[in-house]
Amino acid sequence: MIWNRKHLLDIESLSAEEIGLVLDTARAFKAVGERAIKKVPALRGKTVVNLFVEPSTRTRISFELAEQRLSADIINFTAEASSLKKGETLKDTARNLEALNADFIVIRHSASGAPHFLARFLSSSVINAGDGAHEHPTQALLDTFTIREHKGKIAGLNVTILGDILYSRVARSDIWALTKLGAKVTLCGPSTLVPRVFEQMGCRVSHNVDEAIREADIINLLRIQHERQRQTMFPSLGEYSSLFGLSKARLAQTKPDVLIMHPGPINRGVEIDSEVADCGRSVILQQVTNGLAVRMAVLFLVNGGKGPQELAGGPVIVSTVPA
Amino acid sequence: MPEPTLILNAVAIQRALTRIGHEIAERNESSSEVVLVGIQRGGVPLAERLAKALAEIWGQPVPSGSLDVCMHRDDLHQRAAPHVQPTVIPFDVTGKTVVLVDDVLYSGRTVRAAMDALNDFGRPRRIQLAVLIDRGHRELPIKADFVGKNVPTAHTEIVRVRLAENGGPDEVVLEKR
Repeated sequence: MIWNRKHLLDIESLSAEEIGLVLDTARAFKAVGERAIKKVPALRGKTVVNLFVEPSTRTRISFELAEQRLSADIINFTAEASSLKKGETLKDTARNLEALNADFIVIRHSASGAPHFLARFLSSSVINAGDGAHEHPTQALLDTFTIREHKGKIAGLNVTILGDILYSRVARSDIWALTKLGAKVTLCGPSTLVPRVFEQMGCRVSHNVDEAIREADIINLLRIQHERQRQTMFPSLGEYSSLFGLSKARLAQTKPDVLIMHPGPINRGVEIDSEVADCGRSVILQQVTNGLAVRMAVLFLVNGGKGPQELAGGPVIVSTVPA
Repeated sequence: MPEPTLILNAVAIQRALTRIGHEIAERNESSSEVVLVGIQRGGVPLAERLAKALAEIWGQPVPSGSLDVCMHRDDLHQRAAPHVQPTVIPFDVTGKTVVLVDDVLYSGRTVRAAMDALNDFGRPRRIQLAVLIDRGHRELPIKADFVGKNVPTAHTEIVRVRLAENGGPDEVVLEKR
């Protein structure tokens, strides 16, 4: 299997073999992070632009550190302190960055499809660091990496994704990655945030949290994305917490070897009890460590990718999210 | 397609490794300072076999590790990303004599990458190079200290080393491309 992609735009278009190659490569990069000297020269002389048009802390610093450990030169570009605030279009911003001979553009944007848009006319490699409610491919890769590290496989596992699915790019990327690798995915949350339309992606939809987590091997919790909601989707945070939050009492009813995951930032006391977040079954901080290895692997692989990339049509979004 | 030419059979490979083992022992009198590091992928089983041969000669275990050089290659921007294999060096290389082991020495670029990669694990006292086959065509000023067999080749030819550890019979063959 040869990696032939110049961009990483989404999980939807990846094959199970390609996902497997990223995970295998990430394992080698995780070992690099455990050495005394954590830096390798794989991207020496290359320039990476981190174009974060939407605020991000953990993904941005994870990409930055991954780039530094691969010996790349880095330009950080955030929306707050940039010409985008002065009315420059995304296309013009990107072309200016390309004129600086940037080899990679890592983009986070509030508009779904922004990375695909850039990939159509830029000669740089484009890596999607999260676009609107569409996809967050490196998060799905680090989630599957973490699951595989603990369970030794993905196929046949019961994965329950609990929380705000409607607005979650993490959920969409996770669903693609997990179903491609043969996991059984259950989505759970309030019916306003977990519409039945997601069944089209090959998942089971449940609105009963106790039932949804009972047989789960992995519970992946998602934060309520206040910033993307235009109207109130549930009566109150307190009600959400009591109906859908992962409490100690709920955890007691799950399989003894269940893994608790969360892409962060966590809202303690809302979707997860503080004690559950810090318990032995929680791998939330390991996800952060693994994210670094996965992002190094992605940069390493797309660096060698020259082949044709299917860009026709742009991304397909399953549910109709208010944009 | 012409028949591949057999260069070494199983017995000849074993004989070559035994001789290299004795040469390493002769060159490095202080056995406690020698460690072996096989270059992924072909060098790893050879390093393990050499470690066994040396352990018999010296009467004490000789550490052996594996080194992947993908991240230090000089052609990463010209080719599809190589598959990265595990690097396992469960000992300190600082102050040691590290014998790098590979199956085929060709351009010398892999060995250069291996020396760079090894630097990230410490500062060896010295580095030596053992290869099963030296097929010539060096592109860098690199020379093996221990050679199983010198095989003059054309660029159009391929040297294939098959080992029992990788599911083959032990043999080295020369194929036309």
